[in-house]
Amino acid sequence: VHALVIDDSSAMRMILRRTLKNLGFEVTEAVNGRDALDRLPTLDPQPDVALVDWNMPEMDGLTFVQTVRVDPRFRRLTLLMVTTESEQSQIVRALAAGAHEYLIKPFTPDAVADKLELLGLTTAGV
Amino acid sequence: VSIGTAEFTFVADLVRREAAIVLEPGKEYLVDARLAPLAREAGVPGVNEFVRLARQAPTRDHRWSIVEALTTNETSWFRDPAVFEAFRRDLLPRLVAERSARQPLQIWSAAASTGQEAYSLAMLLTDELPPGWRYEILGTDISAEVLERARAGLYTQMEMNRGLPAQHLVRYFRRQGTGWRVDDRLRNGIRFRELNLAGPLLGLPRFDVVFMRNVLIYFDTETKRSVLERVRRLMAPGGWLVLGTAETTRGIDEQFEQHRFGALTAYRSAAPDAAPSLKGKA
Repeated sequence: VHALVIDDSSAMRMILRRTLKNLGFEVTEAVNGRDALDRLPTLDPQPDVALVDWNMPEMDGLTFVQTVRVDPRFRRLTLLMVTTESEQSQIVRALAAGAHEYLIKPFTPDAVADKLELLGLTTAGV
Repeated sequence: VSIGTAEFTFVADLVRREAAIVLEPGKEYLVDARLAPLAREAGVPGVNEFVRLARQAPTRDHRWSIVEALTTNETSWFRDPAVFEAFRRDLLPRLVAERSARQPLQIWSAAASTGQEAYSLAMLLTDELPPGWRYEILGTDISAEVLERARAGLYTQMEMNRGLPAQHLVRYFRRQGTGWRVDDRLRNGIRFRELNLAGPLLGLPRFDVVFMRNVLIYFDTETKRSVLERVRRLMAPGGWLVLGTAETTRGIDEQFEQHRFGALTAYRSAAPDAAPSLKGKA
């Protein structure tokens, strides 16, 4: 399974990369929504899931999610928001924009695994 | 691992006697991890000192705190999502079709811990039951401490992150301080009470569905047999038992027949008609 990690924090990208690799994922990284949109069409194989931060320079995660969801080329991409934004209204906004799932920082590796299992991207329970 | 052999043996004997749970050598790490917070709370330097204190203490409370600490599990929402999905898609419609005359549905979460399984079932049933159907969920656990948390229905952000679908968070929880509280709609359909599965199972209704997952693995074969037999007698005719994915009734209680629903294996009594005669004997 191929995951695209989109976060402007290199520390957060490292944490997610390590967690995903331990789950057997292949990982590609992007530093913001714009960077991710530029790289997405060139990736082969295409990622199965994108883990998307909300607050990033150039293009934020919500805009990235909205953009990708209306683009038929990326219809099969599963979108998981991973963010410190924890208000109910924001979760509703992200889901309405097209995010499939939502994970609030800080998180444990088990929580990432739980969400990916919920999305049908892994099978083994923790 | 810091726990000594004598201390581990004492704890293993205690937990086996009080809760019929088998802690084999090799589980020292578990004892260490679960008792360390109790040692800190008691103001002693380590787990060994805490266990020695418990050995000398004449009070039941002290020893019971050890039993409690070793019988609780970390728990996720919708743990094993494929099992819940099969329950929603296959087993629940069948149950509704077969049970049209019997309402409300009686559901038992038999190792409820801090309540995530019971509330997950409540969310699923609230979403999926046909109009006019009701459910009552009973959550039981050996530990009074975890049940207090289950009843409160208040969870930290870290607990919420463990497998709760965002749609459910939005629909069934409200922010409370830095945590989240379960909606009263769900809490009203659930009762929690203390119960030791290895002891007498008294004052319980007949259940349409029993979730007893990842409990049997802790018991020896004799206790497994006894628990399964007594749970079977508590099930409504045609009621379903759901065990953990690594557990089975096979080779232990042959009165159960096994049915597969995708990722879900459920068990029902092979002879539901036998239930009324059992009543007469009791």
